[in-house]
Amino acid sequence: MMSSTVGLGAAEIAELVRSKQISAQEVTEEHLALVRLQDPVLNSFLQITDDAAIASAKAVDAKIAKGEDPGELAGVPVALKDNLVTRGLATTCASQILKGWKPPYTATVVEKISFAGGVVLGKTNLDEFAMGSSTENSSFGPTRNPYDLNRVPGGSSGGSAAAVAARFAPLALGSDTGGSIRQPAALCGIVGVKPTYGMVSRYGLIAFASSLDQIGPFARSVKDAALMLQVIAGHDPRDSTSLESGVPDLLSDIDRGVEGLRIGIIEELIDGVAPMVGTAITEAASSLSAQGAKVEHISVPAVRYGLSAYYLIAPAEASSNLARYDGVRYGLRVAGQDMNETYISSRTKGFGPEVKRRIMLGTFALSSGYYDAYYGKAQKVRTMIINSFQKAYERFDVLLSPTAPTTAFELGAKAADPLSMYLSDVCTIPTNLAGHPAMSVPYGLGENEMPIGVQILAPALGEVNMFRVARAVEKGSPLIPRKLFWE
Amino acid sequence: MANLAKLSLSEEEELMYTGQLAAILDHARDIMALDTADLLPTAHPLELRNVLRRDVEAPSLDRDEVLSQAPAAEGGRFMVPRILGEAP
Repeated sequence: MMSSTVGLGAAEIAELVRSKQISAQEVTEEHLALVRLQDPVLNSFLQITDDAAIASAKAVDAKIAKGEDPGELAGVPVALKDNLVTRGLATTCASQILKGWKPPYTATVVEKISFAGGVVLGKTNLDEFAMGSSTENSSFGPTRNPYDLNRVPGGSSGGSAAAVAARFAPLALGSDTGGSIRQPAALCGIVGVKPTYGMVSRYGLIAFASSLDQIGPFARSVKDAALMLQVIAGHDPRDSTSLESGVPDLLSDIDRGVEGLRIGIIEELIDGVAPMVGTAITEAASSLSAQGAKVEHISVPAVRYGLSAYYLIAPAEASSNLARYDGVRYGLRVAGQDMNETYISSRTKGFGPEVKRRIMLGTFALSSGYYDAYYGKAQKVRTMIINSFQKAYERFDVLLSPTAPTTAFELGAKAADPLSMYLSDVCTIPTNLAGHPAMSVPYGLGENEMPIGVQILAPALGEVNMFRVARAVEKGSPLIPRKLFWE
Repeated sequence: MANLAKLSLSEEEELMYTGQLAAILDHARDIMALDTADLLPTAHPLELRNVLRRDVEAPSLDRDEVLSQAPAAEGGRFMVPRILGEAP
């Protein structure tokens, strides 16, 4: 089953391609063949862009033939979450309201990947407009977990996570507003990174909650994730929230170890998680301590309130961002007698239930008479959470917690109860509210023989230490002794 | 709320959403009890400043390409249903 480059990491593939041991076209064809054969079961891709992929692989090969540098992702297959716009290629956000829409421009991150020689295989499934934690809210059917097809891959970037875990591509991009990269990475047993707010340009990322959204990588190793983040990071004049801090050098120090680093385990986020998830965090902590880190427990009291603040702030921003889907400039129009009726019928037909739920929740939180009590209060609690983290980082370099309170749950298990679904983001949300970076690293199997993720959190622009610790966690982690659905 | 959000709901949906939204807002009660009198609200994780650029000419999106994706367009413009009443 396993062909020569399927299952290899991004850095390995790029090296093979650059040294002419294999062509980018062969790598692309091998991965596309696996996707075509196995993805109909997994449903991780909404669109496979075969022709464009072969064309960009050929361009990489042509550069190499001419002796030019093809870039650090030479010939590496990449999957893109379908909320990143790609000129001329349908971009849906897994919503009926954007079905068939072909964007007139390309996201900065996608341009950067192409510039680095990466080969885009297609667009991956997600919860509609990135709202969800299981990828069941897609209007094109759910994605499944590649370790157990009856379970969810997490969400909202579940298609990207499942595709990387299933070996369809060594790298993928997702977006993380409340955990949408880290939680599916944990549930699928791979690495997922939410960078510092502003480190990666969001030009061309379809907006959900603009003060929280951030693009980041999925990979099967910490080093590949670092490689990908270096490719996509950096200032972009087209994104006014883009930081001027430049691209961090994540790889030089990644193997430096954790000797002397101070690591705090967040007590509030260990409370109440599934027993084997809790044990995994304790084991990861002992492994870090054996590698020379100073590990202690710490209370970060305000993170308890993250979920409540988030589910007022994110829907509020979403209700405003999604006002643009009005059937005028793009997407679905269901014509009515007049403009107002056209707005209402287009939006009613085009949006799915979770999106409607959040738009209404946000509209309520922002409405006159309730604004101070809900949205205003949540913004103050956001300050409280930032202060609480700040205090913790006076004593610690990085913090540790589970990524998700449980391992992957069964399809349909939480679909009828939105609040129980929201609770799967309880460990990841505080980071988004603070604008900090955090990442998930797989740590063996837990309940139901499904993967567990350890979350490593750092202060703003603390990526270098975060990746050092992530690499150390990875070194000490048990393997995943379980076969993928197609193996 | 649905009306403000330009959505229309069936009676069944209204019932479902009312229950679900009440449960979510009920969960948010934990923050209502917090003393936040001394805290300023955070709207954004970065200290935002105005970002200006030089006023140089640069190509914008291709008009025909943009309009080709609109539900309706005519004469280089988006076309929408009637927004004013019938002429008297």
